[in-house]
Amino acid sequence: MISIKDLHKSYKMGDNSLHVLKGIDLDIDEGELVAIMGSSGSGKSTLLNILGMLDLADEGKYILDNVLIEGLNETTAANYRNQFLGFVFQSFNLINYKNALENVALPLYYQGFGRKIRQTKALEYLEKVGLKDWATHLPSELSGGQKQRVAIARAMASQPKVLLADEPTGALDSKTSNEVMSLIQQINHEGKTILVVTHELDIAHMCKRIVTLKDGVIVEDQKVDQVIVESHV
Amino acid sequence: MNSLKIIFDFDTWQEIFGSIAKNKTRTVITVIGVLWGIFIYITLSGAAKGLDNGFDQAFEDMAMNSMFIWPQRTSVPYKGFKVGRYPRFKISNVNELKKQIPEIQYIAPRNARGVFGGSEPASVVYKEISRSYNIYGDFSDYTKISTKKIYKGGRFINEEDQRNNRKVCVIGERTNEELFDEDEDPLGKYVRINNVFFQVIGVHKYLEGGGFETDGDIFIPFNTFRNIYNTGEDVDWFTIAAFDDADVVAVEKNVKDVLKKIHSIAPEDDRALGSFNIGELFNRISGFAKGMTFLSLIVGLATILAGVIGIGNILLISVKERTKELGVRRALGATPGEIRVQILLESVFLTIIAGVVGIILGAGVLAIINLATQKLSDFPYTNPTVPIPLIIGALSTMVVLGTLIGLIPAQRAVSIKPIDALREE
Repeated sequence: MISIKDLHKSYKMGDNSLHVLKGIDLDIDEGELVAIMGSSGSGKSTLLNILGMLDLADEGKYILDNVLIEGLNETTAANYRNQFLGFVFQSFNLINYKNALENVALPLYYQGFGRKIRQTKALEYLEKVGLKDWATHLPSELSGGQKQRVAIARAMASQPKVLLADEPTGALDSKTSNEVMSLIQQINHEGKTILVVTHELDIAHMCKRIVTLKDGVIVEDQKVDQVIVESHV
Repeated sequence: MNSLKIIFDFDTWQEIFGSIAKNKTRTVITVIGVLWGIFIYITLSGAAKGLDNGFDQAFEDMAMNSMFIWPQRTSVPYKGFKVGRYPRFKISNVNELKKQIPEIQYIAPRNARGVFGGSEPASVVYKEISRSYNIYGDFSDYTKISTKKIYKGGRFINEEDQRNNRKVCVIGERTNEELFDEDEDPLGKYVRINNVFFQVIGVHKYLEGGGFETDGDIFIPFNTFRNIYNTGEDVDWFTIAAFDDADVVAVEKNVKDVLKKIHSIAPEDDRALGSFNIGELFNRISGFAKGMTFLSLIVGLATILAGVIGIGNILLISVKERTKELGVRRALGATPGEIRVQILLESVFLTIIAGVVGIILGAGVLAIINLATQKLSDFPYTNPTVPIPLIIGALSTMVVLGTLIGLIPAQRAVSIKPIDALREE
């Protein structure tokens, strides 16, 4: 599903250049649930941003679902994101003046679906995350765990090939973290490829594979016995 | 999605309403800026138009490019003549003037009694009532220069009256009231003017602004006047109307030059001939009205521009505030084009709303002013209107300006990379 070869990325900070990714090779198959671990500054967020086409690599090849991603401008990147990728952020990033349903329907709007279809689909995904009854609530009326579940529903609504989660439990307590991870496991169980960036070991062990980054290179890549989280939803 | 489809898409507007309604206070304040601009523009230019109309109405009974010229006392010795001579205009001057100055459309010599110091007014007798009134000897062309409204199926002096030295007269509305009973029709009746019987052919309505004329004036044919008062070839003054496209100031100067030559007046003698140039006066007043219109256009446009810049400014702040939201939208697959169009449409939408409300308010104020000034007959203000093309022009100017100014925040919105936008807290 995802294949990257010899990926390099550096940031210019004034006169100095900060080499963040120093040649990453990674292959991820369909249906995998991969945790990307590493301390801060290890380059894991940069890697995720490049995978999410929010940022461009300096060097290297990136193939997503047999499509070579190259020569991206803002518009093609936006279209790829819309077709291939779903995002879940640490700070949820729901639009605060739109209710849960409208938030979930937003990527469908940019996919060009009509109003009726958007409503139906969005409601379907809200039901999947157990928040159908909260459809008309604004984000400010939801708890952190509920917000993240809305965000996951939003990420899933566009039916992406890959779900990219950047510290999805970073702002949540352990109980709601488990709820969210349970949801992610459930979605993965249905066959979706998911990448989770985290620095928490117990969260990483809820995935099937852990890739550890340190100073811009992969230092460890191992399959793990997945800890299945009981669903409390 | 191409941009045209976006504009007509209900969902686009829902997105725009969503973000506009999100911050109501800011939206209202933004809108007020442009609203005020178009309001000022509509009110000012409507008022200027009303003033213009008012002046037009005040001068409607006079030919716009007419003038009076009369002889005074010479002040420069010339060709052996001493200072202090009183030149006399002659009836033959008319042909000379017409021949030499092609810009003259009508020229009507006039004689009068009772108007200027020294001469006695005519004594008019009907049955046992006797009164004094000013009397004028007139050509029929005079009505083409200064319109006389004639009452009750009567008429003004015509060329037949002139040719046949008819003893006919047009009397004023006051004369009518004073000499005749209320239900008596004066037309066809005979009145005695200086012991000569005249038939009444018309009653003129007194119009304000006619200079020294009054509501008691009696008009008789020029030739008849000459016979009664034995004025011979003399003319008291000329009323002259130039063609519409002529320069009245130049015509006045030419007329004076010709008359000075005929009457042996020194060319540099400015005091020998008196004149009153209605055309010049009117030009000055209508120039004032035009200036008002122009001023209101400038002021209005400047105010609109300031308002639109205000919208751009507020949207710029709004874009800054919404950086994160816009980043999320782009992460979810919004193209830069879609974001740009959204911000642009927000700008255009706010501008149009402000414009329409401003126009309605301005029209309301104009209507109120019109109602309030309708009873004031001495206030030159009639029918304040703003032509539809000007309104459409103002609206489209605003839409164009709104679009142009919206480009700045729109560009700003897409110039931030989604990754940076998402990082913003």
